[in-house]
Amino acid sequence: MNTLSESVLTALQLIAGADPVLLSIVARSLAVSACACLLACSVGMVAGSWLAVARFRGRGIVLTLLNTSLALPSVVVGLVVYLLLSHSGPLGFLGWLFSFQAMVLAQALLVCPVVTALVRQTVEDAERHHGEQLRSLRARTLVRSLLLVWDERFTLLTIVITGFGRAISEVGAVMVVGGNIEGYTRVMTTAIALETSKGDLPLALALGLLLLLVVLLLNVLAALVRRWRERRDAGLPGLFDHAGALP
Amino acid sequence: MKRPDSETGPDAGAAERRAAHSAAAPLFELSDVDVDYGAVRALSGVSLAIRPGECVALVGANGSGKSTLLRLLHCLIQPTRGQAHCVARRRQAMLFQQPYMLRTSALNNVSLGLWLRGMRWRAARTRAGLALRQAGMADLAARNAKTLSGGQQQRLAMVRAWALAPEVLLLDEPTASLDPHAKREVEQMMSDFTQAGAGGAPAMIFSSHNLGQVKRLARRVVYLERGSIVADLPVDDFFYGPLPEAASLFVKGERIP
Repeated sequence: MNTLSESVLTALQLIAGADPVLLSIVARSLAVSACACLLACSVGMVAGSWLAVARFRGRGIVLTLLNTSLALPSVVVGLVVYLLLSHSGPLGFLGWLFSFQAMVLAQALLVCPVVTALVRQTVEDAERHHGEQLRSLRARTLVRSLLLVWDERFTLLTIVITGFGRAISEVGAVMVVGGNIEGYTRVMTTAIALETSKGDLPLALALGLLLLLVVLLLNVLAALVRRWRERRDAGLPGLFDHAGALP
Repeated sequence: MKRPDSETGPDAGAAERRAAHSAAAPLFELSDVDVDYGAVRALSGVSLAIRPGECVALVGANGSGKSTLLRLLHCLIQPTRGQAHCVARRRQAMLFQQPYMLRTSALNNVSLGLWLRGMRWRAARTRAGLALRQAGMADLAARNAKTLSGGQQQRLAMVRAWALAPEVLLLDEPTASLDPHAKREVEQMMSDFTQAGAGGAPAMIFSSHNLGQVKRLARRVVYLERGSIVADLPVDDFFYGPLPEAASLFVKGERIP
């Protein structure tokens, strides 16, 4: 049996045996990325939809900066958050460096531009096609953007899943601001990097397999959402179930 | 279909009221208006006055400026030059060739129009329900509006506009993409709309390539050619009287819309 097959076998045994160290790392990863994704989506959805509909001087520059931030390297985000949260930094008083919160903040900063840019693009396309009709109903900028977000909610759900995928798979930022402290800030990606460098391939591989599983589940979720949407569009009642009866 | 503000039955004195309205101040008054889209001039030197109760058809070839004129009247665009005066700005509604319906029930879609005009959501739903019943569309109230057919969506858009009890209804080729049956239904709703309610006869301005529809519904025809008004006549004069050559060719069908 070669190293690879041995590692795979051991990795599968770790997963099947529900190894507590493995599970705690997975749980922490999911928690950090979910919190970061929630934070990033809350800001990104509102900002992206508003940017899609609003017209103001300097909008082109804002969009260029936004699109540039899509390619932001995660280690750079980590470095910026590190500087902000370090003792001498402006947010040093929070005492968040090398903590769960620091990792959430770093991942949220990484995901926010992705969500904002994708939401902006989706809502702007919808605004191009339907914005005039909403304006004809006298919907103002903010209401229009919220209505379009609501109407594109299934597409936006895919964007949320994309954002979560980006958060859970990044390593640079959480490594810098989290410090990869065992039992405290160690997440899947940082653990994989560490265990590989230590030569503990089975644990790294088990984590890698679980990471792939998470991504697979996200894709399945996205497919289910699409299918659910198609079924609803095929003739089932609208989202407000109580809308069925006439008042 | 009774107008929401109507408390009486079909108004037998509509024609008399229309005559009275003809002397009223115009709802829209454009004087020497130009509209440019970048380097393209969509409207050029347009002067037009539309009074309460008028039913005006805008006709002309594709790209002649009909849609731009409707958008200008509905304040969706501003003139590049000239004066555009609109009295009924807050009491007008517009229908498009392909209506936009939100991914929710038909009832919510109609309610939305009322809510956006400042009505409370509960009251809006009640009024929307009433409007759907009066339009004979109560059975579609719970249906997701996106799943309705093109004709049903256009009728729903008509109900959404009609529920607002507008003084002016603007329609941009409302039946262009509909089958003959749906076309008839929408036309009937358009015809019903022009029946006067307690608040007086509403005005209707629609663009169309369907000259039969123009004959059936309009009382005045405005013919546009390359962004300018070439003829502005009562419907009988437009179809049976002398016309400028371009308009005459259009009516005779020698110019395909």
